[in-house]
Amino acid sequence: MSKINVQELTKIFGSSPKEGLNYLEQGETKDKILEKTGMTVGVNRTSFSVEAGEIFVIMGLSGSGKSTLIRLINRLIDPTDGNVLIDDEDITKMDKQTLTETRREKLGMVFQKFGLFPFRTVLANVAYGLEIQGVEKSKREEQARRAIEDVGLKGYENSYPDQLSGGMQQRVGLARALANDTDILLMDEAFSALDPLIRQEMQDELLDLQNKLNKTVLFITHDLDEALKLGDRIAIMKDGRIVQVGTAEQILEHPADEYVSNFVKDVDRSKVLTAAHVMKKPAVLAAYKDGPRVAVRKMEEAGVSSIFVVDKTKRLIGLLTIDDAIKAYKNDISMEEVLRTDYHSTRQDTPLHELIAYAAETKYPITVTEEGRLTGIISRVSILSGLVLGKEKEEVSAV
Amino acid sequence: MKNLHLPLEDWTNSFVNGWLLPELGDFFNQLSDGIELIVDGVTDGLLIVPPFLLTFIVVVLSFWLAGKGVGLFSLAGCIYLGAVDLWPEAMQTVAIVIVATLLSVIIGVPLGIISAKNRFMNQLTRPVLDFMQTLPSFVYLIPAILLFGLGGVPAVISTFIFATPPAVRMTNLGIRQVPEDIVEASKAFGSTTWQMLFKVELPMSLQTIMAGVNQTIMLALSMAVIASMIGAPGLGSTVLSGISNVNVGLGLTGGLGIVVLAIIIDRLTQGIGDKL
Repeated sequence: MSKINVQELTKIFGSSPKEGLNYLEQGETKDKILEKTGMTVGVNRTSFSVEAGEIFVIMGLSGSGKSTLIRLINRLIDPTDGNVLIDDEDITKMDKQTLTETRREKLGMVFQKFGLFPFRTVLANVAYGLEIQGVEKSKREEQARRAIEDVGLKGYENSYPDQLSGGMQQRVGLARALANDTDILLMDEAFSALDPLIRQEMQDELLDLQNKLNKTVLFITHDLDEALKLGDRIAIMKDGRIVQVGTAEQILEHPADEYVSNFVKDVDRSKVLTAAHVMKKPAVLAAYKDGPRVAVRKMEEAGVSSIFVVDKTKRLIGLLTIDDAIKAYKNDISMEEVLRTDYHSTRQDTPLHELIAYAAETKYPITVTEEGRLTGIISRVSILSGLVLGKEKEEVSAV
Repeated sequence: MKNLHLPLEDWTNSFVNGWLLPELGDFFNQLSDGIELIVDGVTDGLLIVPPFLLTFIVVVLSFWLAGKGVGLFSLAGCIYLGAVDLWPEAMQTVAIVIVATLLSVIIGVPLGIISAKNRFMNQLTRPVLDFMQTLPSFVYLIPAILLFGLGGVPAVISTFIFATPPAVRMTNLGIRQVPEDIVEASKAFGSTTWQMLFKVELPMSLQTIMAGVNQTIMLALSMAVIASMIGAPGLGSTVLSGISNVNVGLGLTGGLGIVVLAIIIDRLTQGIGDKL
């Protein structure tokens, strides 16, 4: 069961939307309909679904209909046609009261321009959703305080929004949505009004919060980097339609059409690709029990000058260079004493751009470990080729 | 043009004399009695309070709401009203202004809210408000006398007609000026229409509404002299008798009294608006 299921959702702004709908069904384009009838197609027969616990990002330029789309989901705008199922209940068919209840219990929202109530304190802003549900004061304030703490604004409960910076104001907006404890968070360009550094900080914090709270997040943005960073899945929207849905990697590696590939052309791959994308299985590994002599032979066979040493469970113990191995063998000292550990270890989900500096410094490959076990190694070459080759591939497909 | 004759005069007269008075006369009499009771009550209430005590209250409020300068002015103004022996007249005027303003706010603010929410209502109220604001007030003084007799009541009614438009207009404007994202936020969290009105829209537009109420009070005061022509007691009738007896001194004394009241009340209500 999908948390949000959008089926053939359409919104046409204008005097007689039904007429516009007919044109759409006849296959007319958005521009043609505007020309013929003066009506604007906001969202054009769009379908997608968002699973529980995922961050689903809708990415599009201004005018692509993404802000309309998110407002159709909680019916701040009434759709012309189509269905929106929230937990299998169709919000487009709800009466006023059920709609109000659904908004209260299931749908939190964060706005681009924050939408804070200037005459209320931070605490009263955050408690607003509970207040209108009739939750008693002490209980709603307790819940609000917890949400304020979650977003790192403890101590600002009695400030007014205009006393806070933009980033802090949006934290209040986020806390207000969290306080209601809804499963779903709708975030409409939530970080777009913030300056770049604060925006990144907020993105990181959203990801942290998501790890903790595991909400279903529908996030709207016009910023591809933001989409790639946050989205478990990303939908690219153009002219009221979704052009492609996929993971960041799928969209980067297999753009559905020219529009998408033009879009992703300038993406900084080092921020999107992670260690897991470029790591390789090491050609040879030495087992700890092997001893220096076997290790030397393995290096000889593989034609390498150093080898990683692991134990029985593939736990990484250290690095053995050929010089050290020969020295140990000749002087009959144990392998343990000549093992090196001055290489860099990282995790699978580390973005490449964080590894570039290490790759430039170290003469040994970077190791990728998962709970101490070696899962792969990354050489300087594979980082560079990961960055460059991806790009070439894309340019070919864009031609 | 001569061939086209619109007998508006005859129509109006036969409407008022033939239908309005015989049919609704009783209703207007009762309304009149009700309003008279309120006006008299407020006037008596203001006159029962010893002038020095009321002066003290007004001065303290002025200090608190509008600062030192206005406080001193209020003190001087109240002393002036006592010194020229116009204190009772001033209180009569204030009573009419208070009742007319209350009536204007009670009817005008909800009307403004509905106009802001409803396009049809907005299109309906606009010309009516234009009419109320521009129609010379003497024109409705006549039916006011017919319906309510002479005295304080027709004064309240005609003052109400003259002074309500700003309350409606500014409320309408205030509600419309609430930023869209704030309205959306309130809706998205599941506010009902009433919750949105009372918890978001009215608090957001309170200052604008107060500016409208302030204008309403000023217009009500400016009606004081005109209303005295239909028998309203107070500073207006002092000015009127100054005019009719060619007594320049009396006219000025009463006129200055109105100015003093106007400034004190204006600064006080503005102060309230700023405090919100």
